[in-house]
Amino acid sequence: MTKFTLNGTEHTLDVDPGMPLLWALRDHVGLTGTKFGCGLAQCGACTVHVDGVPMRSCQTFVGDIEGASVTTIEGLSDKVAETVQQVWADLDVPQCGYCQSGQIMSAVALLTETQKPSDADIDDAMAGNLCRCATYHRIRAAIHEAANRLEA
Amino acid sequence: MLPNTTMLPENLPEMIAKRVPQRLDLSSVSRRGFLLGVTASAGGLAIGFRPAQATEATSTEATSDAANPLEAYIEIAEDGSVTVLSSQFDMGQGSYHGLATLVVEELGCGWEKLSVRGVNGNTALYGNIAFGGAFQGSGGSTSIFTSWDRYRQAAATARAMLTQAAAQEWGVPAGEITIADGLIGHGDKAASLGAFAAAAAKLPVPGDVTLKAPDTWTEIGNPDLKRYDRVGKTKGQQDFTLDVKLPGMLTAVMIHPPKFGATVKSVDAAQAKAQPGVVDVVTIHRGVAVVAKDMWSAITGRDLVTVEWDESQAETRGTEQILSEYRALLDQPPQAVARNDGDTAAALAAADRVLEADYEFPFLAHAAMEPLNAAARMNADGTLEVWGGHQMPDLYQHIVSQVTGVDMANIRMHIMKTGGGFGRRAVGDADVVSEAVAIGQAIGWKAPVKVQWTRENDMRGGRYRPAYTHRLKAGLDKDGNIVAWENHIVGQSIMAGGPFGGMVQNGIDPTSVEGASNLPYAIPNLSVGLTTTDVKVPVLWWRSVGSTHTAYTTEAFLDEIAEAVGKDPVALRLDLLKDHPRHAAVLKLAAEKAGWGKPVAEGRALGIAVHESFQSYVAQVAEVSMEDGEIRVHRVVCAVDCGIAVNPDTIKAQMEGGVGFGLGAILREEITMTDGEVDQGNYDLYEPLRIDAMPVVEVHIVDSDANPTGVGEPGVPPIGPAVANAVAKLTGNRIRTLPMAKGMTT
Ligand code: FES
Ligand code: FES
Repeated sequence: MTKFTLNGTEHTLDVDPGMPLLWALRDHVGLTGTKFGCGLAQCGACTVHVDGVPMRSCQTFVGDIEGASVTTIEGLSDKVAETVQQVWADLDVPQCGYCQSGQIMSAVALLTETQKPSDADIDDAMAGNLCRCATYHRIRAAIHEAANRLEA
Repeated sequence: MLPNTTMLPENLPEMIAKRVPQRLDLSSVSRRGFLLGVTASAGGLAIGFRPAQATEATSTEATSDAANPLEAYIEIAEDGSVTVLSSQFDMGQGSYHGLATLVVEELGCGWEKLSVRGVNGNTALYGNIAFGGAFQGSGGSTSIFTSWDRYRQAAATARAMLTQAAAQEWGVPAGEITIADGLIGHGDKAASLGAFAAAAAKLPVPGDVTLKAPDTWTEIGNPDLKRYDRVGKTKGQQDFTLDVKLPGMLTAVMIHPPKFGATVKSVDAAQAKAQPGVVDVVTIHRGVAVVAKDMWSAITGRDLVTVEWDESQAETRGTEQILSEYRALLDQPPQAVARNDGDTAAALAAADRVLEADYEFPFLAHAAMEPLNAAARMNADGTLEVWGGHQMPDLYQHIVSQVTGVDMANIRMHIMKTGGGFGRRAVGDADVVSEAVAIGQAIGWKAPVKVQWTRENDMRGGRYRPAYTHRLKAGLDKDGNIVAWENHIVGQSIMAGGPFGGMVQNGIDPTSVEGASNLPYAIPNLSVGLTTTDVKVPVLWWRSVGSTHTAYTTEAFLDEIAEAVGKDPVALRLDLLKDHPRHAAVLKLAAEKAGWGKPVAEGRALGIAVHESFQSYVAQVAEVSMEDGEIRVHRVVCAVDCGIAVNPDTIKAQMEGGVGFGLGAILREEITMTDGEVDQGNYDLYEPLRIDAMPVVEVHIVDSDANPTGVGEPGVPPIGPAVANAVAKLTGNRIRTLPMAKGMTT
């Protein structure tokens, strides 16, 4: 039995502690906004926040999150997150959209940590998030724009 | 409610083979051939398109052939919500948004209550006009092309019927009724479209409606219009097949043969079956499936299964061997000739100078972010439902029927949006879809089942862009004019042996030579030959298909010629494009916007390429530098002519994405095999572009009143040669082996 906080509420999971958090969230909690792309921490589609830090949930195990606070795309709520999601829509970033939960989780973590990220900061924070539709050009623009709006 | 499948021909695959045109030449397709007509079906009348010949006799009968756009293409609910029923598949490229734009424009329903749903089951209604109407499918960047008249006309007809219904109810002249933003109005009266939808659907269908004049368009061509589906995609609310969850559903993962063509000899599943969570392990036509109560149990259960394979029929060559055989074939005359102008051999023999270059292209994986999947449920009443990225839904429905023995009329295909596709979801044997229903069958349909490929299944599952070699030769006269051009292409056929096999004629698979055989440059002696190889690696169309390699060789080789004769690459192309104004216009526009001919930053160089695919014209200029021996692309200026720009922002997005997709491929992507087994299993070894390598992309759309053509694929082809030409300027190195990470050193 693993106890943790999920999107602000207490939660318990009665699954194999070796199960990746990704599959526990999707198959056992029923939150499907977090996507599966590789299972190997190579694509970032499964990114969630564990105690505010972006983590690949396909390589984070249920046993590791005992007592931690987990946020998924469904639980994003603060000003940074709202701004990022709004800018993402305003700049029409998503194409297929499959990678975008992960992109947004990484972008929110970046902007929470670094108010005015440089291009190099963006490369560092976002290079783990693949987008096969290659929406990268707009992702970069959206992060800069979100930083501007948050500053204003 | 199951779809009415009585309109589907019995022998669909054979029909596809016979009726799909030889080459996807959209300029020769008659849109007028498909008028709004009537097709009688078991469920009543449905509005449809059929060849003009059949409808001409009835077209004078004005409204007597009542048919219904409010059933076939547009649903309006009582609350005023509008659902566009899409014949075209959306894998992220924005086709749903494109079709919705056409409907919103002509119907006046506004965007607020709009959604789009994929439909199938009636070739007369949904057959792709670019494919002769023979079957429903999305491919060749044809979605806007095939929908342009069909959906505008359906929406305009629906609008006329709604207007009529309101006029009757309110007792006012129809000409005084307005429809805008989802409201029907007259004087101070206003009502939602939903208030009149039921009455309108019962009216006779007008035979003749007038479409809006282009200068009154508010949606088509609007650069500020954003995609209707964008907000859900920023909140994790877009559902994919991955997210399909049915009561009691089981999850299956596959064990596929490690070598292509191998089959199951024996299975030891005792350990796996003993593992908690595993429900069953079954052998099906495509391998072994581990069926479990959730994904993790299926994955861990799979590790415990041992399969012995019969490899007697398997492909056991590695890619090095395959490619060395292809290289040797370049020395032989081509098996078939795709184009033969003048006398190329004689002109080469008589030429003052001959340039020659060989090129080599690897197998490529589509590697869409959502690994392939499909779900199936047998209902108590004997109906079967199948969820998936059904890019060719009618064909898949046939295959499902064949695999399960369930009657076509009892099968319902749920068409899901997918996490990318790039060609991978349009496959003649409906691979993953057939797996889902075969697994359901094998477990006696005791529960709904979803088969979910892992990344390794997806990467090693075949259906790659084929590997190719090319040899190009050019003959130059004393003045540096190109008098001869010869191109020999060696590689597998994508279409032979599948439902599109009928398109292979006289030894030419058009998808092997497209982009080369229709070279636009004015060269008097020109020959393009093809040698089709026999390799058991399953291959498929991959975003822009033949142009993925033909654009590279033709545009890189032309650049070599320009250098050899001391001409500017843009000027040389323009000289040779006098009869191809659309090529010339995008070339000029891209060159001008990129500052071609002006000084560039120290250590950087510009390379240019132009290519037409699927009747859209794209030129790109890449600004490149070398950093520690690695290619760095800073900026790409792209000019595109795709006719009328229906959704300018989507066009830009597709060009940006096409550049990123194509750049990833030429820089690092390759599938290799050792003794027939694929070496790459995940994104660690197969490396699509990441954000740190993405250039700034600037897109310029040519103003045009030509009928719209597609943009999903045409952004991909020019980036490779544009980068190669810039690298040649910087380093003198002409990269002729891809990916470039390998070609730099060979
Ligand atoms: S699924 Fe976790 S990083 Fe790809
Ligand atoms: S939007 Fe399709 S993978 Fe990123």
